[in-house]
Amino acid sequence: MRYRAMNKKEILRVVREYTIYIAFLLVVIFFAITLRGKGFFTAANALNIIRQTAALTIMGVGLTFVISTGGIDLSIGSTVGLSSLIAAIILREGGNILLAFLGGAGIGLMVGACNGFLYAKLKMPAFISTLAVSGIVYGIGLLPTQSSPVPIADTLFNNIFGSGNIGPVPILLIWMAAAVVLGHLMLRHMKYGRQVLAVGGNEISAKYSGINTEKIKFLVMLFCGLMAGIAGCLYAGRMHTGRCTFGEGAETQVITGVVLGGTIMSGGKGSIIGTLIGSLMIGMISNGLVIMGLNVAQQKIVQGIILLLAIAFGIEQEREA
Amino acid sequence: MAKPLLEMKGIKKSFNGVSVLKDVDFQVNRREVVALMGGNGAGKSTLMKILNGVYQADEGEIFLDGEKVEIRNVLDAGKHGIGMIYQEFSLISTLTVAENIFLAHEPRKRNMLLDNRACVEKAKKILDGLGIEIDPRKKVEELSVGYRQIVEIAKALSKNVKILVMDEPTSALTEHETETLFEIVRNLLKMDISVIFISHRMKEIYQICDRITVLRDGKIVISDEASKIPMDHIVSYIVGSAMDKKFEWIPRSYSMEATPALEVRNLTYRERVRDVSFSLYPSEILGIAGLMGSGRTETLLSVFGLLKPDAGVILVNGQECRIQAPEDAMKQGIALIPESRRVQGLVMDHSVKENVLITVLDKIRKYGFLKDRQGEAIVEEQIRNLDIKTDHMKKNVCLLSGGNQQKVVISKWLANKSTILMLDEPTAGVDIGAKTEIIYRMRELADQGCAVIFVSSELNELLAVSDRILVLKDGRKIQEIMRKDIEGEEVLQRAIQGYE
Repeated sequence: MRYRAMNKKEILRVVREYTIYIAFLLVVIFFAITLRGKGFFTAANALNIIRQTAALTIMGVGLTFVISTGGIDLSIGSTVGLSSLIAAIILREGGNILLAFLGGAGIGLMVGACNGFLYAKLKMPAFISTLAVSGIVYGIGLLPTQSSPVPIADTLFNNIFGSGNIGPVPILLIWMAAAVVLGHLMLRHMKYGRQVLAVGGNEISAKYSGINTEKIKFLVMLFCGLMAGIAGCLYAGRMHTGRCTFGEGAETQVITGVVLGGTIMSGGKGSIIGTLIGSLMIGMISNGLVIMGLNVAQQKIVQGIILLLAIAFGIEQEREA
Repeated sequence: MAKPLLEMKGIKKSFNGVSVLKDVDFQVNRREVVALMGGNGAGKSTLMKILNGVYQADEGEIFLDGEKVEIRNVLDAGKHGIGMIYQEFSLISTLTVAENIFLAHEPRKRNMLLDNRACVEKAKKILDGLGIEIDPRKKVEELSVGYRQIVEIAKALSKNVKILVMDEPTSALTEHETETLFEIVRNLLKMDISVIFISHRMKEIYQICDRITVLRDGKIVISDEASKIPMDHIVSYIVGSAMDKKFEWIPRSYSMEATPALEVRNLTYRERVRDVSFSLYPSEILGIAGLMGSGRTETLLSVFGLLKPDAGVILVNGQECRIQAPEDAMKQGIALIPESRRVQGLVMDHSVKENVLITVLDKIRKYGFLKDRQGEAIVEEQIRNLDIKTDHMKKNVCLLSGGNQQKVVISKWLANKSTILMLDEPTAGVDIGAKTEIIYRMRELADQGCAVIFVSSELNELLAVSDRILVLKDGRKIQEIMRKDIEGEEVLQRAIQGYE
């Protein structure tokens, strides 16, 4: 009976909800066929994709919250760079692993707090304010090293935050899973997540419902910064290096992943599981394109087109609602 | 007699099967100001929106200068010389006066670039014609509300308007600004422009209008020269003789000796609320009546922490409390069901469940996690109690009817067990069935011990449930009447207008 009561619009919406999973499968099948025998459809490559995507997914978890309020954070890329650099410098100067991690994550928190203040308190459009912050953060990263890399010799750090495995499982997969589980619980099963979606869905109504909208908007930026800071440590661990240029342009990929996952740019609707699938899809496409032999320029063009398609799809979905 | 400038004949219109206009004939003569009056939901705005092309009549014809015209959209209306000035202004505040006047039909030079000098000059000419001195190069945001309205009029004039509709133009104006506006209206008549004037303010209507047309329940009840209708007859035309039996007043008993659930002392917010004091007792329904702009909504918003009052004390159950944000008000058990359910009350793209639960998240939390089943039980209970018509609780509220949406807003505040309920126009834009349900539900809640404030423009509804009624005018409390001392709607209507 329930299904009969659903009208066409609703059925369409249910179909759309699963589109990302269907698309994901189609991409897998597409590459499995076109790249047959070239090592795409192997367990080793799958783990490879996860390693390459883990940091992007973690950034995506943070960004999903920001976008769910109707905001955006364009500073995550440069935050990743600065965070990796700070972690590497702390290790070079003899600091221990914990200190290096706290340094990297702390940078993220600081940038996030700054973004949050501009977004929530000063009510600046996040698109512009985080772009400006991104420039500042990048510049700060250039100051100590002029963009040259700082190598990390601490193998334990590199193992914990990058290249290590626990049994057959890459450590990066565990980091990623932890972030996704945390993000999913927060967004779906906690008061905070409900309030985030309410603010993004209708800020005035949220305010009239007794939600401290400024606090919520500050916290999403803070959390997003923290995730970018942690992602910076993972970059450092995987590359055995800290460098302020890490994460350059990562915003595009992260935003694409989030939007592909069904989170809507104008806010009010978000999904962490979607972000996971979306990010993996982006990672898989990049990986597949590399195996196909496309160069960086061609990859960038394809990524841009995918982002546009994802956003167009999201807008279409909003119109339906 | 010469042919009327405008004739609307046999206009019929219904929305979702509810008939709003029933065979309306409406006329405007040359060089004439016609007042269009009527209570809420009488059909005034619908009729004007049909004239302006926003809606299409289901049946009926429109004649201009004796010729039949088709008005399919606002653009058509403009071509036929019909202009409308809305209550919410449509000016772009960051542009200049001249730019606003000629928005989308800017004068151009021969080379197709915009001719800014001509734009300013032409704007100046129009404003001079109105007898008003405004620098056309000034930004609209620098102007007062009264002057903005004049710019609106100038904008209409720049398009060669023949009939100008003004919807409650004086509601936001000071007395002096109103005088200026009337001066302009008289100038318009000299320019051969007729004006349709929608207003609730009796005095002003007799000051400026030649003819008065009153609508009630989608029908014209009288249309005659203003001099032939005595002022005190108007009220009975608007209200009608047959009282609505559906909303019958039932006297209720409660104690006014008890500690008030809510007491407000000397509340002041800018010019909008001036030194308002009142008490609200447990189990009482306190009606608040007043015209638009009388400070009803601002009073509620100040109590709820959404406006920061300049002065005033709020006591809940005899205890003074500081309410600086809605959160604080909620902690005191205060709820506000706001005026606009779409903008302030609901997240339209979210489900019934999500909307209802947003106020009760703290109560369904254990170790930081939301208990979904407990939440759904609460929503189910609300859906049942308020008889919300929805297929399932996960349906988006934008797919529900207006009445059911309003019930969702109310249930969101009942779910968190509020004890002081403030409802701002809860029956606006809902069908008669839902209206009745909402009214009865209010009475039930009061019987259960809730203290209820009911703000409404619908006098028959106010009279049906209120135990006591406050009348606000221009931000001040001008009367406080026990319901039993009010004979009928006319008495209240008079009180609102500010007569003794």
